[in-house]
Amino acid sequence: MADLTTEFLGIKSPNPFWLASAPPTDKEYNVRRAFEAGWGGVVWKTLGSEGPPVVNVNGPRYGAIYGADRRLLGLNNIELITDRPLQTNLEEIKRVKADYPDRAIIVSLMVPCEEQAWKDILPLVEETGADGIELNFGCPHGMSERGMGAAVGQVPEYIEMVTRWCKQYYSKPVIVKLTPNITDVRKPAEAAKRGGADAVSLINTINSITSVNLDTMSPEPSIDGKGSHGGYCGPAVKPIAMSMVSEIARNPETRGLPISGIGGVTTWRDAAEFMALGCGNVQVCTAAMTYGFKVVQEMISGLSDWMDEKGHNSIQDFVGMAVPNVTDWQYLNLNYVAKAKIDQDACIKCGRCYAACEDTSHQAISMSADRVFEVIDAECVACNLCVDVCPVEDCISMEAMKPGEVDPRTGKVVEKEYANWTTHPNNPGAVAAE
Amino acid sequence: MPEATPLTPGITSGRLSAETLSEHFDDLHEPYAPHEAAVAADRCYFCHDAPCITACPTDIDIPLFIRQIQTGTPEAAAKTILTQNILGGMCARVCPTETLCEEACVREAAEGKPVEIGRLQRYATDTLMEKGVHPFTRARSTGKSVAVVGAGPAGLACAHRLAMHGHDVVLFDARAKAGGLNEFGIAAYKSTDNFAAREVDWLLGIGGITLHLDQRLGDGLSLSELRDEYDAVFLGIGLAGVNALRASGEDKDGVSDAVSFIAELRQASDLTKLPVGRDIVVIGGGMTAVDAAVQSKLLGAQNVTIAYRRGLDQMGASKFEQDLAASKGVRIIANAQPLAVHGNGAVSEVEFEYTISDGGELTGTGETFRLKADQVFKAIGQTLDGAPDALKLDGRKIAVDEKGRTSEAKVWAGGDCASGGDDLTVTAVAEGRDAAEDIHATLTGGK
Repeated sequence: MADLTTEFLGIKSPNPFWLASAPPTDKEYNVRRAFEAGWGGVVWKTLGSEGPPVVNVNGPRYGAIYGADRRLLGLNNIELITDRPLQTNLEEIKRVKADYPDRAIIVSLMVPCEEQAWKDILPLVEETGADGIELNFGCPHGMSERGMGAAVGQVPEYIEMVTRWCKQYYSKPVIVKLTPNITDVRKPAEAAKRGGADAVSLINTINSITSVNLDTMSPEPSIDGKGSHGGYCGPAVKPIAMSMVSEIARNPETRGLPISGIGGVTTWRDAAEFMALGCGNVQVCTAAMTYGFKVVQEMISGLSDWMDEKGHNSIQDFVGMAVPNVTDWQYLNLNYVAKAKIDQDACIKCGRCYAACEDTSHQAISMSADRVFEVIDAECVACNLCVDVCPVEDCISMEAMKPGEVDPRTGKVVEKEYANWTTHPNNPGAVAAE
Repeated sequence: MPEATPLTPGITSGRLSAETLSEHFDDLHEPYAPHEAAVAADRCYFCHDAPCITACPTDIDIPLFIRQIQTGTPEAAAKTILTQNILGGMCARVCPTETLCEEACVREAAEGKPVEIGRLQRYATDTLMEKGVHPFTRARSTGKSVAVVGAGPAGLACAHRLAMHGHDVVLFDARAKAGGLNEFGIAAYKSTDNFAAREVDWLLGIGGITLHLDQRLGDGLSLSELRDEYDAVFLGIGLAGVNALRASGEDKDGVSDAVSFIAELRQASDLTKLPVGRDIVVIGGGMTAVDAAVQSKLLGAQNVTIAYRRGLDQMGASKFEQDLAASKGVRIIANAQPLAVHGNGAVSEVEFEYTISDGGELTGTGETFRLKADQVFKAIGQTLDGAPDALKLDGRKIAVDEKGRTSEAKVWAGGDCASGGDDLTVTAVAEGRDAAEDIHATLTGGK
């Protein structure tokens, strides 16, 4: 069995699966249950400054998006940071860390953008023995209206400033958690790095309204007939999160900056994909909130089996392996030509490929009277829509044409050499190939 | 306590308690709860030019109605169904979906487990009907009137479509109740809670249909008079006759027609009072044979055997029906033809000879056997009975063209009495509907 031990910023954990800062990590009771279930670490739910704690709404905090059979695909929340006294949280963190020295405990923090506020809280956190801190610059609702959370994360200068204070007043690793509610996620990541951050974690939740009640005309979750945007998470946000992760991983300014991946990690495969894109570990929330802490067992066994199959002995063997393959569109090989191919034995004759291609694409699939669906190579641009809508896995595949063959669509010979848009004759800004 | 048990000899009632009988005759397929319907609907792939639509005799847009269920609008789904098939509620219960839409479902090809179209259709139509809504309104009156003879599936579908187009319809039926085979000829567990009658009431909610019961063609009602009195006539008179066994002794006590038994059972207000034998032999291989056999068993008969003269694969009853019979404890003997009914006054045994099919030719092997029987049901097919002499026949049915027109002007026919199509409820509905469209076109278009 592959070794899942993870060392992230020097912090060891038995596996790369951490619980993200969220309701599952708000209390000693929950965190102990999580560790007993096998989670490698937790990021404790965000602490605020000393004083009267924040208050939460007393109505629904969550809204959901469902797939078939009420499978939860997306969740949003309007919960704030911890609403328990600072001292209580600190005492609990200390106790749990002492009892679980092999697990990672990171403390999430969110205090006002004033040096004194950070100066006050950091020694208290240091004293708990926790392994590091994560700066919550991402929470998109409630706290952002008070100048914290995403309000900080959307201003790179603030990120840099606060990160610098944290590095100054705290001795252990500092992770900056980024908001996706921004145009270019590289900017806040660069700012974090300039401020001395040891790592970034992303994504926090996305501004969202999950649904509108068509009887009351209130957004959901509805509090007495009104709704507020919440933070969206769960399987639905994974593609957005992975794109943002990859941008930071391949950005020359931030390349090599450790990343903790967050956003819809639900299975071992999701985790492996985030890690292939450069994440040293992953943080999970919605999957645990949907199915309970036991889901980590599947993540552990699945990742381990996959690593064995691929011959990876340790996590480090595959972290970042996919990063070199993330590129800009302009560098994609325009001489690569593929055609859809339908496996007639696997085809169940539903005709979805035909409807999709005929109505919304390139009229490249023919349909006979007895429902045989065939690709018309002379029309097929290999868009992959037929593959995506086919309900049978591996029934339709994209097959690359061999160099020297003639593409019946263009009448041109498939070139062996790589060529991209930058040198394409149709590109007004093309540079001559050397 | 029941007065009799399954072991009590002879034909007697009360073999099972009222509770057991009520369990036995409950819905064959439980209706879906809303979440079950949503899960089942999610399995539909929304196929292009879907094979299930092609397989449906009434061309219901199945993917569309399933998607309407999926999006939380079962009433809209019901309207999609009922637009094509006004008896969609009954068809959802009695259609042999395993040989129609569900056989064609691509998920049957993919994994041997089709989308449960019949149950979904029932969910949609039940939801609408429970609200007491009739979703169609009549067009402005055309001033034309049409006589529809036979208030079975074909006649009801025809009458409804004509009424919708603004014609006045007088609907005649020979029996004391409308519904035809829906009311008298289908196993009770397929039409529970008086559904057939409720559906007729709901259908008549369109308005413009006057129902005349106890009016039989050839017995006070004549085609020539109807032709004179109405602008058009539709005949949906079904198959009122029953084939003879052509085996000696078929007049003995205890031998009766399966259709009569089924009708009696359907109309019984108290199943504990309905007599049934201990040892039942059903002769035939169609749906009627299975309905009679299974219901005998459910009533408390100890031994029920279906004997069919050809092979299992040639039985009119589908594989599903055969399996249903087997699951209820009914034994099916294929390749056995009846030779004689034995007994002193009342039947005590039926003698059969084994057969072999040789290139379509059925021949006896000479080997015979006897089955103990105190009750025998003949289910060897129904025949046209009481069709007006003026009409040309095609084989043993009223000859019609693809629009349902008979050899006589102003006279249309459809359903089991007419040529073409399978003898299924859903086929009858399609024929009645299509004839109505042609009648409408004829009456309004001057053709």
